[in-house]
Amino acid sequence: MLLPLLLPVLSALVSAVEVKRPRGVSLTNHHFYEESKPFTCLDGSSTIAFDWVNDDYCDCQDGSDEPGTSACPTGRFHCTNAGYRPQYIPSSRVNDGVCDCCDATDEYNSGFVCENTCKEMGRKERETLAQMAEVAREGFQLKQVLIEEASKGREDKQRTLAELQEGKKSLEEQVETLRSGKETAEKPEKEAKEIHQKKWEEQKAAEMAAREQARASEAFQELDDDGDGLVSVAELQTHAELDVDGDGTLSETEAQVWRGAAFPGAQRGAAFPGGQRGMAFPGGRRSPGGGVPREEAPEPQPDLSPEQPAPEDDYEEEEEEEGDDEESNEEEPKVARGGAVTWPSWGRSLWRPQSLQQSPHENLEKEISFDFGPQGEFAYLYSQCYELTTNEYVYRLCPFNRVSQKPKHGGAETNLG
Amino acid sequence: MKLQLINEVNKVPLLLELVGLQGNMTRIKINELSPLRPRYEVPDVLVRDPPTTWLAVTGRDENSVELSLGDSGHKLILTGKPFRMDLLQGRELVLSVNPRGLLHFEHLRHRKDSFSDKVSSSVGSLWDKIKSLFYREEPKEPAPEGGAAGEEPEPAVPEDQESSEKSTKSEEVSDGPDRAEEELGSWEETFKTHTDSKPNGPTSVGLDFSLPGFEHVYGIPEHADNLRLRTTEGGDPYRLYNLDVFQYELYNLMALYGSVPLLLAHNTQRTLGIFWLNAAETWVDISSNTAGKTLFGKMLDYMHGGGETPQTDVRWMSESGIIDVFLLLGPAPSDVFRQYTALTGTQALPPLFAMAYHQSRWNYNDEEDVAAVDEGFDTHDIPCDVIWLDIEHTDGKRYFTWDTNKFPQPRNMLGRLAAKRRKMVSIVDPHIKVDSGYQVHNEIRSRGFYVKTKDGSDYEGWCWPGSAGYPDFTNPEMRTWWASMFSYDQYEASMENLYIWNDMNEPSVFNGPEVTMYKDALHQGGWEHRDVHNLYGLYVQMATAQGLEQRSGGLERPFVLSRAFFAGSQRYGAVWTGDNAAEWDHMKISIPMCLSLALVGISFCGADVGGFFKSPDAELLVRWYQVGAYQPFYRAHAHLDTVRREPWLFGEENKALIRAAIRQRYALLPYWYTTFYHSYRSGQPVMRPLWVEYPDDVTTFSIDDQFLIGNALLVHPVTEQGAQGVQIYLPGKGEVWYDVHSHQKHHAPQMLYMPVTMSSIPAYQRGGSIVPRKERVRRSSDCMYHDPYTLYVALSPQGTAEGDLFIDDGHTYNFESKAQYLHRHFSFASNTLTARSADSKGIFESPAWIERVVILGAGKPAAVFLRQPGMAETRLDFQHEPETSVLTLRKPGVNIGANWSISLR
Repeated sequence: MLLPLLLPVLSALVSAVEVKRPRGVSLTNHHFYEESKPFTCLDGSSTIAFDWVNDDYCDCQDGSDEPGTSACPTGRFHCTNAGYRPQYIPSSRVNDGVCDCCDATDEYNSGFVCENTCKEMGRKERETLAQMAEVAREGFQLKQVLIEEASKGREDKQRTLAELQEGKKSLEEQVETLRSGKETAEKPEKEAKEIHQKKWEEQKAAEMAAREQARASEAFQELDDDGDGLVSVAELQTHAELDVDGDGTLSETEAQVWRGAAFPGAQRGAAFPGGQRGMAFPGGRRSPGGGVPREEAPEPQPDLSPEQPAPEDDYEEEEEEEGDDEESNEEEPKVARGGAVTWPSWGRSLWRPQSLQQSPHENLEKEISFDFGPQGEFAYLYSQCYELTTNEYVYRLCPFNRVSQKPKHGGAETNLG
Repeated sequence: MKLQLINEVNKVPLLLELVGLQGNMTRIKINELSPLRPRYEVPDVLVRDPPTTWLAVTGRDENSVELSLGDSGHKLILTGKPFRMDLLQGRELVLSVNPRGLLHFEHLRHRKDSFSDKVSSSVGSLWDKIKSLFYREEPKEPAPEGGAAGEEPEPAVPEDQESSEKSTKSEEVSDGPDRAEEELGSWEETFKTHTDSKPNGPTSVGLDFSLPGFEHVYGIPEHADNLRLRTTEGGDPYRLYNLDVFQYELYNLMALYGSVPLLLAHNTQRTLGIFWLNAAETWVDISSNTAGKTLFGKMLDYMHGGGETPQTDVRWMSESGIIDVFLLLGPAPSDVFRQYTALTGTQALPPLFAMAYHQSRWNYNDEEDVAAVDEGFDTHDIPCDVIWLDIEHTDGKRYFTWDTNKFPQPRNMLGRLAAKRRKMVSIVDPHIKVDSGYQVHNEIRSRGFYVKTKDGSDYEGWCWPGSAGYPDFTNPEMRTWWASMFSYDQYEASMENLYIWNDMNEPSVFNGPEVTMYKDALHQGGWEHRDVHNLYGLYVQMATAQGLEQRSGGLERPFVLSRAFFAGSQRYGAVWTGDNAAEWDHMKISIPMCLSLALVGISFCGADVGGFFKSPDAELLVRWYQVGAYQPFYRAHAHLDTVRREPWLFGEENKALIRAAIRQRYALLPYWYTTFYHSYRSGQPVMRPLWVEYPDDVTTFSIDDQFLIGNALLVHPVTEQGAQGVQIYLPGKGEVWYDVHSHQKHHAPQMLYMPVTMSSIPAYQRGGSIVPRKERVRRSSDCMYHDPYTLYVALSPQGTAEGDLFIDDGHTYNFESKAQYLHRHFSFASNTLTARSADSKGIFESPAWIERVVILGAGKPAAVFLRQPGMAETRLDFQHEPETSVLTLRKPGVNIGANWSISLR
């Protein structure tokens, strides 16, 4: 057995330079491990002879008896990492042939030689910290400038907004004055018309009611085949025009639905169950015993070469639609679309830029309403855009506005939300 | 022994060879006596010419011959007219060949010639028609030919006067010569927009078998269905034709990615196998005389002392080739496995890391992504051995290359993984982008290695890279060249820790008929694709595995995952169940699918953990990690369109559950490795249906929601959404099973209801077994190499137990070539646990030792002593828990290779 031979030698070496403590124990926990006394697991679960500490067998549930070996599944190993930052690693990384601690203390018996890189890492870290401090200082100065600009800008904008709102208010007052003048002038004519209108409607309503009643009783008699004064399901089933799902027969469910819908007092079943039935399912196109070719698959294929009609296009359409919804302001695009149900991709840029659709004071209100940080230090990002170009796509990030992905080689832009 | 059979109708002579094989097998080979052209006989599947035995004629009369088959007590009665063979043991009929007279052999013929003497039909429509047709035989002189040792050395068989053919069934008369017109589709067939030119006309072959006394049949994968085969009367038969099926349906007999034409039949008395060696499209029709009967009906039959013996009839049919059937006569399940793997080879012993956990996805985007995933496993303290790269890592789906933007420094990436003692697997598919700027394509084309169209030009199909050529892997020169592509100087940036995945090797052709290659495409030697189709995927994996072997000078064991497979694929690596989906039923069916593969020799099987298509919710994902932890190949994989699902992305609680499942796997790696070694040695499946170990317990015959690993562990993973408990069947009269988590003892046989929580993976160790574990789970299996073992000794009611452990370096062939291994045997009896060598040939130094022995079902001893040869007895500390009867022996500390004994006093 190599282990018992190696252990004393190694621990002797270690103890020469450090405070004497069992392997893998931090300085703070040092006092729990006293060689002269039995060891009590740190969770208090049991007490063992000190010989059993770091003897490569797990006795404590919390793993505290094996701080320096891999014996306990829940144990932790402490590396001092002199020259760098001390660190705890899981016991499972002790002697696993992978260098985890920069001081190489975790690999003392695995046959793997790790170099002590703590000094190097410490130096690097200090350099990095110094650099970061410099950057932070510069950044702080920049932030002060931005905050100042932002507060100035905000004041300007608020002033402009106040002026605009003032102007709007006076204009609205003007409108109000004019309108009340108009209404006063029109008052006699309006009253006369209303009286006339009311009479006319009363008369019409009475006629309508009479006709409706006649028709309803007629219809009822037609349905009530057996003349019992009640419409049964069977009677309804004789009327094919009520066949919702178009399968040629009127199922009992359908009949029930009609019974529910057609007559007041029976409001159940407002939804038509037949409509959603029989939707196509993906397995339907399978060839006998074989498979549906992947090319027909609804899944978008990655990286299709140009010759193949790319299903990706459809996919992106979909994404676009979703993106639009998320973009809120649902009414505005509808107006711009002029009632078109779908919108060709080439037309998007016409209605996309929202600012075109908005009056200046709405824009200002929106801008002022954003949270630009406690001191407005992020205000300068508004109306800025940043681009990242990768292999296939150009990504565009406009803070407080939108993120998008555009294929490099043509194709529609996708809103990433 | 050779015989001639004559088609009664068209007088075409067939040659029947009947060969007794060592190990209780019989081979029946039927070919045309003098075909117009040679017919395809499947090469490279049998590991050697099976050694033959003497067939002795033990009796004869004017229409039959009785032969004795070796020393197993089996007799074969060969009847001349009508032709049939009946196999008996003692006086019991075991199996009949051609009992329904469905022997079917479409002889090669000239086109438009007038002997359209018989029904011939395209395979697709075969089943609708067919009344078969052939008979007659004419015993010939005992073949003096090699192998088929004829009995009766000299005097030719006393002239069997039946040299004249005898007609039999009336029905076939109606199919007689007067039937002039050729069946439509015999010489050309159109499927959708695809036309199969069928230049050789109809060539199909078929034969039927009956299995009296058998109600349970298994095998003939790959189908997404239950373990026990169903009868196919009134529907399509089972189809064997390797296909890339998009979003396959479950509980369906459609063909999938791979094929193994081996069917097993089992009853309480015996197990036997029918191996139909044919690589063409094959259909298997199964019928049973008890299929329609209810249990009540069967009981009624029984009470009336009558009814028929239950019987299963099996009919095989292939589109081309010859009839070459091996009857594996068992009689025990383990005998059938031994027989089949003696023919086609045993499971290759995988490198240890391949049995550990694999993390895959289509795709890890770039080197940073790989680094982050690798780091993630350490940050979250979850073990992982391998990270996989799917097709997007290549330069435009040109295999053997790297996307230089996403993977600018693959060698550094592999090096970083190696420093963590982890591996990588990259995908190399067998379709090659047609691109004159792509070296691999240019070489294959200039060497003439592509599969050709029927007109002789290079066949091109559509696959991931767009237009692609398909290397002809049936050509040994092509395979040699392909193997050379994996050498470190050919495959850019490849390193020792890079292994390979062969996908799409059915082959998948997006624009081909049924997403595969035209049947009239041409391979080396002029063979049609129709002849070799089911063999293509095996050859791809074979060539790749050879490449990985060769790059290390033959030292290192390869790891290659393949989607397509055939009989014998077990020699080359692992397979998985293809593109499944994130659904509960898909997870559930992974068990019978892998069990079916295990029964036909392919033990290294798994399913995409989490499901390939769609995204699993946290519950399904956790359950799938638990299921996968106890299946041989353990890889999480996901479709490009699914959301990311690395184990730490589902919250702390789920992460802990997944971590626990993966850790259970790692702790059991020594047992997995040993079980794989047994599979490699003796052909026994790693993952087993219960009936394999409990062959006379009828209850086990249809169970496929639980299974055994080796013979010691029984697992019933939770596969139901929202499960509160599972019903577990514990088999074995008078046996006991111990819950591996709680160590609670259960008596068997019983149906046990086990309440479950999200952390439960119900698993039991058989009383009487010893299972070795490594309980110091680390970040990868390689990191655990030096770690000590814990032995779990589960006592039988008699207070005994037995088990073993196989150890080698975990990755080379030295265990085979230099006997560098340790095979240890442990046994417990008379309160003493003894360790000795199970195989003195193996010699190997392992640094590992035994840190703990846990004895389940033990009383409290007064003292425990360890004894080693030549040393004084030492006392061991121990702990005993009276409630669970678990005795834990502290730190025996002996080397795993040492002989020792521990006695409880």
